[in-house]
Amino acid sequence: MSITKITRWMTLGFAASAAIAFSTQVVASSHGIDLKGKTVEWVIPFSESGGSAKWAHFYAPLLSEALPGSPTVVVKFMPGAGSTKGANWFQKRKYKDGTTIFGSSGSTQFPYLLGDPRVKYEYGDWNVVMASGTGGVAYLPPDLAKKFDGDADDLKGIDFIYGSQGATRLDLVPLLAWEMLGLTVEPVFGIKGRGDGRLMFERGEANIDYQTSSSYLKGVAPLVKEGKAVPMMSWGSLGADGDIVRDPTFPDMPTFKEVCEATAGCETKGEQWDAWKAFFIAGFPAQKMVFLPNGAPAEAIATYTKAFQAVHARPDFAKISAVRLGKYPQMTGDMATATLKSGTNVPAEAKTFVLNWLKERYGVTLK
Amino acid sequence: MDLLGTALPALAEAFSLILQPQQLTFLVLGVLLGLSVGVFPGLGGIAGLSLVLPFVYGMEPVSGLALMVGLVAVIPTSDTFASVLMGIPGSSASQATVLDGFPLAKKGEAARALSAAFASSLFGGLLGAFFLTFFILIARPIVLAFGLPEMLMITILGLSMVAILAGRLPLKGVAAACMGLLVGTIGEADAGGSLRMSSYSIPYLTDGLQLVIVGMGIFAIPEIISLLRQDRAISRDATLGAGWLKGVSDWWDNIWLSIRCSLIGVIVGVIPGLGGSVVDWIAYGHTVQTTGDKSGFGSGEIRGVIGPESSNNAKEGGGLVPTLIFGIPGSGSMAIFLGGLALLGYDAGPQLITNDLDITYTVVWSLALANVVGAGLCILLSPGIARLTTIRFTMLAPFLFMMITFAAFQSRQSLGDLVALFAVGLLGIFLRRFDWSRPAFLIGFVLSTQAENFSFQAYQIAMSKFRRGADVGLEYIFSPIVIILLIITVVSIIVGIRQAKSIMSEGEVPVGGKRAPLIFLLIVTVYFVVSYFDAAAITMQTDRIFPMTIAFVATVSCLLLLIRMSRAPNTDVIFADREAAGEDAEAPQGLWRTLAWFAILLILSSLVGFILALAIFFVVFLRIRAGRTWSRTLLLAAGGIALICIMAGSLNRDFPPGLLQTFVELPWPLGGI
Repeated sequence: MSITKITRWMTLGFAASAAIAFSTQVVASSHGIDLKGKTVEWVIPFSESGGSAKWAHFYAPLLSEALPGSPTVVVKFMPGAGSTKGANWFQKRKYKDGTTIFGSSGSTQFPYLLGDPRVKYEYGDWNVVMASGTGGVAYLPPDLAKKFDGDADDLKGIDFIYGSQGATRLDLVPLLAWEMLGLTVEPVFGIKGRGDGRLMFERGEANIDYQTSSSYLKGVAPLVKEGKAVPMMSWGSLGADGDIVRDPTFPDMPTFKEVCEATAGCETKGEQWDAWKAFFIAGFPAQKMVFLPNGAPAEAIATYTKAFQAVHARPDFAKISAVRLGKYPQMTGDMATATLKSGTNVPAEAKTFVLNWLKERYGVTLK
Repeated sequence: MDLLGTALPALAEAFSLILQPQQLTFLVLGVLLGLSVGVFPGLGGIAGLSLVLPFVYGMEPVSGLALMVGLVAVIPTSDTFASVLMGIPGSSASQATVLDGFPLAKKGEAARALSAAFASSLFGGLLGAFFLTFFILIARPIVLAFGLPEMLMITILGLSMVAILAGRLPLKGVAAACMGLLVGTIGEADAGGSLRMSSYSIPYLTDGLQLVIVGMGIFAIPEIISLLRQDRAISRDATLGAGWLKGVSDWWDNIWLSIRCSLIGVIVGVIPGLGGSVVDWIAYGHTVQTTGDKSGFGSGEIRGVIGPESSNNAKEGGGLVPTLIFGIPGSGSMAIFLGGLALLGYDAGPQLITNDLDITYTVVWSLALANVVGAGLCILLSPGIARLTTIRFTMLAPFLFMMITFAAFQSRQSLGDLVALFAVGLLGIFLRRFDWSRPAFLIGFVLSTQAENFSFQAYQIAMSKFRRGADVGLEYIFSPIVIILLIITVVSIIVGIRQAKSIMSEGEVPVGGKRAPLIFLLIVTVYFVVSYFDAAAITMQTDRIFPMTIAFVATVSCLLLLIRMSRAPNTDVIFADREAAGEDAEAPQGLWRTLAWFAILLILSSLVGFILALAIFFVVFLRIRAGRTWSRTLLLAAGGIALICIMAGSLNRDFPPGLLQTFVELPWPLGGI
């Protein structure tokens, strides 16, 4: 009896909320594929709490408005095996009607680049329709920051503690950077997200940390204002000629490249630098991408490309995205394809170097 | 600081924001959705919030917040239905409710248990909201005072509850808890990524087992199978005894207990990183310790329901503190809540409290109102829903199999989920049969990851502090909070061991022959030994110490148990075996034949997909096992499948695909993902 009552409520409730949402939407008509009345599933191979979730939740409603037929866009989470599970699932998808899209992240690319045995996916098979870059900022507690004057020479010999999610993750980039600067950083592994790392820093348990741009703006910038943290450097941004330039979101901060050049013993050429740069590109400027599955026809790719372009062309896009994502290139079309290429191709030497470094420094092997 | 001067105007402002017809409508809508989702085991705040998230964007902020908070706030209220009526832990926060809630249902007092639970939930929720109001202004330094040593101590306090729930033989409880801890380490280690008791060729295992599956396997499957074998209603004489008024007055009689457990809920909820899964156990342990006559626990003591239920709703209020002021979600549903908050144009963090205190307080008001509406509705519904316990169980069983299979599949959306559910269920059946404490196992499992990570991280940081100076290190490890927690833990272990003998957390178990208990003990010992050597083979120091230590302790406990077995007569409690005498032994249906029904559903699912398998299973089961007429059978089967389709459809969930689906592409709901 009562169970059926509940079901009825649920159906009613759902219908009501759907009606409210639909009443605010505009009916659109366009060329390419029409998604009217359909539900687009945006699969994210992570859990609900990560950065990819934030990114997808930011885009999903905007994309829904911009796609022809204003389909409902739902974000579906498929976490597991460090995102390789979701990516392997997507690899097996064949294009059907354009209602499945996939959002990959740096953490999906790293296992691919490092030759993780669980990887059964091939980026070359997929069709990229949008790519989002991001940046990162390293920061220090105020007492240690006094010893930092644009070079890391005076920070040598300090015991640094860093809350890390694991050496084979995106944390590879900061860990390698600090090591190149000659800092002794002991990573405390096993934390669940960068937010926990920040909390460790705030509690005084960690004394060095980094956050991606959006998390830095939200979580660390207030600490900086209160005098509880001082930015050290940004990872930088990728310039037009492939060089590392200052991050447009943080134009006043030196980049790691500048700090490295000023620090004795740190080289901005050679295999160590090349390896760092290759993984930096995969992890930051080419961090998040949206794909249509293998076999998607040109008109579907065009429809999604156009929709993302329309989102980026919104008059308020710069404003709303600056807070949520930071000021980074949001790329479509050829630019996105080029990003995909630079983010998923790492020179063999860089790969070998990183694999050796992981093994010698942290005892991590991928087999 | 002028606390009241800051809080009161903002509170009043928030009150006028929320008390608008439109906002209240959304709040009630959220509550209704939350109740409907929460009733199904395995589906909780995450599923519910994901459902409304696409619609939140563009909504008026207060309405959106009311909708989301309404939904989240009532999940720990409505998940009580499954815990009490079916013995299925509705979510991680109501595991302890099963221990006494389900026995009450079996006694025919389901309505009483439910209404006591809802009254406690309501009270806990309100108290949580009340504390949230003031706490949120001063919480930052307090939350920051909880470093890794403090969190480790809370985890250990949670583990110390094993002492109370261990059962008649403390050693067996230790072994059961170690088994839970070890099962919790299966898969990739968090620290270094080494594989433990798993391999990349079985990708499913590398992520470890999910709590939903372990909870249902350990608690629900053994009970469902046992009831099905006895072929009667859940309530022993198929009647409803004490009614819902009795439950409410039970709660009132234990109001102080309810207050204390609510406080426990708020405090544990405030600490980020602990999650909700330890709250109910700590509350249950506290309840047992502070009850004069402990003989009723495990066989239907109403205080055992009031304690955990007061704490788990209060936890939601506490959990909003780190979520709102640090932007760090304490749970999966809080993470989505943060996402929804961002869609409404607000970012969690200190600036939310300073700049938008009125908006923050609408969250508090929504929380309080949602608790009132939700608990009120549940109390009204409970006499009706409690009638389920008077239905012949054979009629309910296929629906329960359907629900737990579907819920298990949601955890990883893989056929491995079904295999894992069956395997853990089998383990649960044996733990129950030989009287190994299932609560101890579950506590171990739930706290395994935290215990390992916190101890390593705290150790690493302490070492670095000691390098700076012995005083810095000691100050870090032995903070006042750690010392207080340490004292509580020691006291609770001593009290626990003293009292454990009088607490039958799962009722009286008869003793019988020596052979079966001995074989089970030997198998368990082999598992421990294999785990030990598996862990010893890991090269990374950080990833091997924890499982090696636990496996070692467990093996020693087992050896001591073996020694006792070799000396004791076969009337000793160590030879507890439910198949030797009593209810299970006299059941009209055999264990394996009953279990085979469940296996059939799973095997069929792997062949033809879930919905087709369900159709076949329903018809065959209801016709042959339950002996219904053809018309009844078809009607019930159609109803069951329609129910699951409506639910999965509205939540945008998929069903397990089978072999058939890899060859033929079928439309939803028949097709796969």
